[in-house]
Amino acid sequence: MDQSVRVITSGELLGESLTLKNKGYRLVAISCTNKDGMELTYSFNKDYELVNLRVITDTTEEISSISFIYSYAFLYENEIKELFGVNIVNMAMDFKEKFYRISATTPFKTEKEEN
Amino acid sequence: MGKRTIIPFGPQHPVLPEPIHLDLVLDDETVVEAIPQIGYIHRGLEKLVEKKDYQQYTYVAERICGICSFMHGMGYCMAVEEIMNVEIPERAKFLRTIWAELSRLHSHLLWLGLLADAFGFESLFMHSWRLRESILDIFEETTGGRVIFSVCDIGGVRKDISNETLQKIAAIMDRMEKETKEIADVFLNDSSVKLRTKGVGVLTKQQAFDLGAVGPMAKASGLSHDMRTTGYAAYCKLNFQPITATEGDSYARTVVRIGEVFQSYDLIKQAIALIPEGDIKVKVTGNPNGESFMRGEQPRGEVLYYVKANGTKFLDRVRVRTPTFANLPALLETLKGCSLSDVPILILTIDPCISCTER
Repeated sequence: MDQSVRVITSGELLGESLTLKNKGYRLVAISCTNKDGMELTYSFNKDYELVNLRVITDTTEEISSISFIYSYAFLYENEIKELFGVNIVNMAMDFKEKFYRISATTPFKTEKEEN
Repeated sequence: MGKRTIIPFGPQHPVLPEPIHLDLVLDDETVVEAIPQIGYIHRGLEKLVEKKDYQQYTYVAERICGICSFMHGMGYCMAVEEIMNVEIPERAKFLRTIWAELSRLHSHLLWLGLLADAFGFESLFMHSWRLRESILDIFEETTGGRVIFSVCDIGGVRKDISNETLQKIAAIMDRMEKETKEIADVFLNDSSVKLRTKGVGVLTKQQAFDLGAVGPMAKASGLSHDMRTTGYAAYCKLNFQPITATEGDSYARTVVRIGEVFQSYDLIKQAIALIPEGDIKVKVTGNPNGESFMRGEQPRGEVLYYVKANGTKFLDRVRVRTPTFANLPALLETLKGCSLSDVPILILTIDPCISCTER
């Protein structure tokens, strides 16, 4: 299985996503890790080929939602916003950090990010 | 236009095996929009990766779901094995495939029973679950557990199945195939069942693609996407094609799942016929360093495991995208325009697993 990841800037995200959508790719998942900043990995699939785009950001930068390109991205984006505190804006459906009913605020946010 | 009302559906409802809440916007008895709310059983299992080392986390992954527990363990192990360049023994690959397909049978027979229960066909519900009981008996005999059985490990599997027991399982598959034909005939041909499922909750092929649907939900709309065809575990040695339908309604989703039940009987028998002798596990030493994406086909559809490791025994991240999570948008689409009385059936036809979804 192809494991390659292509790093892009947050400014390139919408354009790259739209290009993949027009080529017939399906959004498989958006993943986030909190080491060395926030790494957002957008995974797309076509004919079993997995394409991974990565945006490295922090919790202060605004990241545009791709939910007007892939409508169902709002579920992944709400999850990441609530658990990691990534500032994703313009989501098609914004649960205002009430997607999961958890008592902890952004539990995956690192101490470094909080400072 | 009739009077618009909002009816809260769930999180507790007789048809819901697990809690999900929907605000149903109704125009008389017709659903105009459904707004989901989850989060009642979020357990923070991905966060636990900070406390459990990468070997221990196999047990956590298995507890994401009680139905496809084995497949979660397998998906996690395969992702770690990919990072560590571990090639597991052939026999272990076949054993994983057998347990994975037994899990699919467990899941689909459970779902068929729940569907029958939802439209009030109690004897059909009991027949489906009676068949499922035979699968749980096989789990117990081969692993010692009936639901979560912890046989998958990084590097292979923890337990072997004797050839004598494998032949016994093949004979059980033959018997179950005959018995399943009887209940399948009722699910597919009984007029009362058809009235509740035919033409209900239609999802077109384009909608299924546009909404990212996976598994039987997508296959019933004509999307032939089945991760098993990529050949992981021993699937590359087995002969099969994805089961699909074209109608995209609740009936088509039933057709696909019943088709997959018969397919699993066949795959298990193929695997038993081809399983080689040999070791079941290789020794794994050191710690993983790197990242990997692993995808597999669970009963409810494609699952994605993303694992990131840093060379220590504690992983940086485990992320699981479960099939129900991917199917929620498609569910919301099928609810639009349906009758209030069809909502329970439609929720069931995605075979929702909220424990998986929320982790």
